[in-house]
Amino acid sequence: MRIGVLALQGDFDAHRQRLEELGAAVVLVKKVEELDSLDGLVIPGGESSTFLRLLGESGLKKLHEFVRMKPTFGTCAGAILLAREVEDPRQAGLGAIDMVIRRNAYGRQIDSSIRQGLFRGSPIEMVFIRAPKIERLGPSVEVLAKEGNDPVVVRQGKAMAATFHPELSGDSRIHQEFLELVANRTIS
Amino acid sequence: MSQHNGSLNSLRLKTGLAEMLKGGVIMDVTTAEQALIAEKAGAAAVMALERVPAQIRAEGGVARMASPKKIREIMDAVSIPVMAKCRIGHFAEAQILEELGVDYVDESEVLTPADESHHVDKHAFQVPFVCGARNLGEALRRIAEGAAMIRTKGEAGTGDVVHAVKHIRQIVQEMKILTVLGEDELYAKAKELAAPYELVKLVATQGKLPVPNFSAGGIATPADASLVMQLGAEAVFVGSGIFMGKRTSCMQCQEGRHAYDDGCAFAPPAEADRRARAIVRATTHYKDPKVLLEVSSDVPTAMKGLAIAALDEAQMLQTRGW
Repeated sequence: MRIGVLALQGDFDAHRQRLEELGAAVVLVKKVEELDSLDGLVIPGGESSTFLRLLGESGLKKLHEFVRMKPTFGTCAGAILLAREVEDPRQAGLGAIDMVIRRNAYGRQIDSSIRQGLFRGSPIEMVFIRAPKIERLGPSVEVLAKEGNDPVVVRQGKAMAATFHPELSGDSRIHQEFLELVANRTIS
Repeated sequence: MSQHNGSLNSLRLKTGLAEMLKGGVIMDVTTAEQALIAEKAGAAAVMALERVPAQIRAEGGVARMASPKKIREIMDAVSIPVMAKCRIGHFAEAQILEELGVDYVDESEVLTPADESHHVDKHAFQVPFVCGARNLGEALRRIAEGAAMIRTKGEAGTGDVVHAVKHIRQIVQEMKILTVLGEDELYAKAKELAAPYELVKLVATQGKLPVPNFSAGGIATPADASLVMQLGAEAVFVGSGIFMGKRTSCMQCQEGRHAYDDGCAFAPPAEADRRARAIVRATTHYKDPKVLLEVSSDVPTAMKGLAIAALDEAQMLQTRGW
């Protein structure tokens, strides 16, 4: 199973480490042409505006095609990229998940926090850093984890998103969930 | 939650934001207009300043924390993280910056130091700090005080990359040496580095700093950014290199009016935009000569700069801090 981690900017190396611990072969992706050989892709945390600038129009188009064909998992900035609509400020989204997401919704760095939430009903640590919030979800989006009343891990078809950073916690359940999604899609 | 867990989690959140900045460019800006240019060009964060280091160097005087009003304007203008500098040891400036809500505080040698022997106790703050270092001992002393990110100092405001290179090489080499030393040798090494044994031991085991290690001080071109990234930096700070023009001091600029002609301290916005985009792409694709050639061809000029070899010891900013 070859998993790409989009490595334009951000904490792509933390994702690489986690995925390798779980036995995946990881490719750091700096150019969209490298997407063709992958079974799945992780879009890491970082600055979503930086990702968009570095992708450019043609890169975004290519990524748009990829997320409709192969499993993709975005955390924080990655989740923002996967959304249908982005607020504060408005910017392009890939539309892989039918959700409206708001950037920096908790506030600035001083409002970043480590919280306990529920993932498939079990407690899990969640590291929120200048995190976005999912404001609205479409009917076909499944909620996999919540923090309080807020959906924080969601899935629609092949696309999965977390508003926090599972790659910065010791718990590997959420990455495991994504690898299972990739494995199921690759077989079928 | 125990006290220990509380402080550990606080450090995880502080270094967590630094993790998000990796592979990115943090740009010095002095106005909301410049901050917007930086954000649009793909900067991962901006550093809000009253004057960029090259101006501070040219104009002299006491360099202090930027006015909160100016920092606030910049925070309101962009959605990316905003950092600001406090003077070395000036914990009251740091308290003001924390209250203002900046995302990172740079306890910086670029400003005039406020204390000749003490740095800020950075554990006492919720806002994360970045500090400069020239060598491993200095880096570990700052981390012991609570810094969540280290940046090599280089020589700010010169546009001469030679000391940015010297300092990143120095730190990387000193870390390599630690990894091959025996247990008993680490105690003596800790004494020599004037750094806490526990941190020396940690670096010896992991082969890298326990916090992200960025590069700063003289990076002015896409090739410079690629150079320090290839030498082991995890992200770059670009100070005067984006927005400085042909001169370092200009009366109009001091009054906030920029002519953007040959006599102006600032480069025309379109020019700054081209430089900023090129440095962002060069930092991402730092190992790809094809992209480096392409982006280097896009930038016709760079700041004039100042050769470090021609500076007196007294004009050096890097010797501030200990």
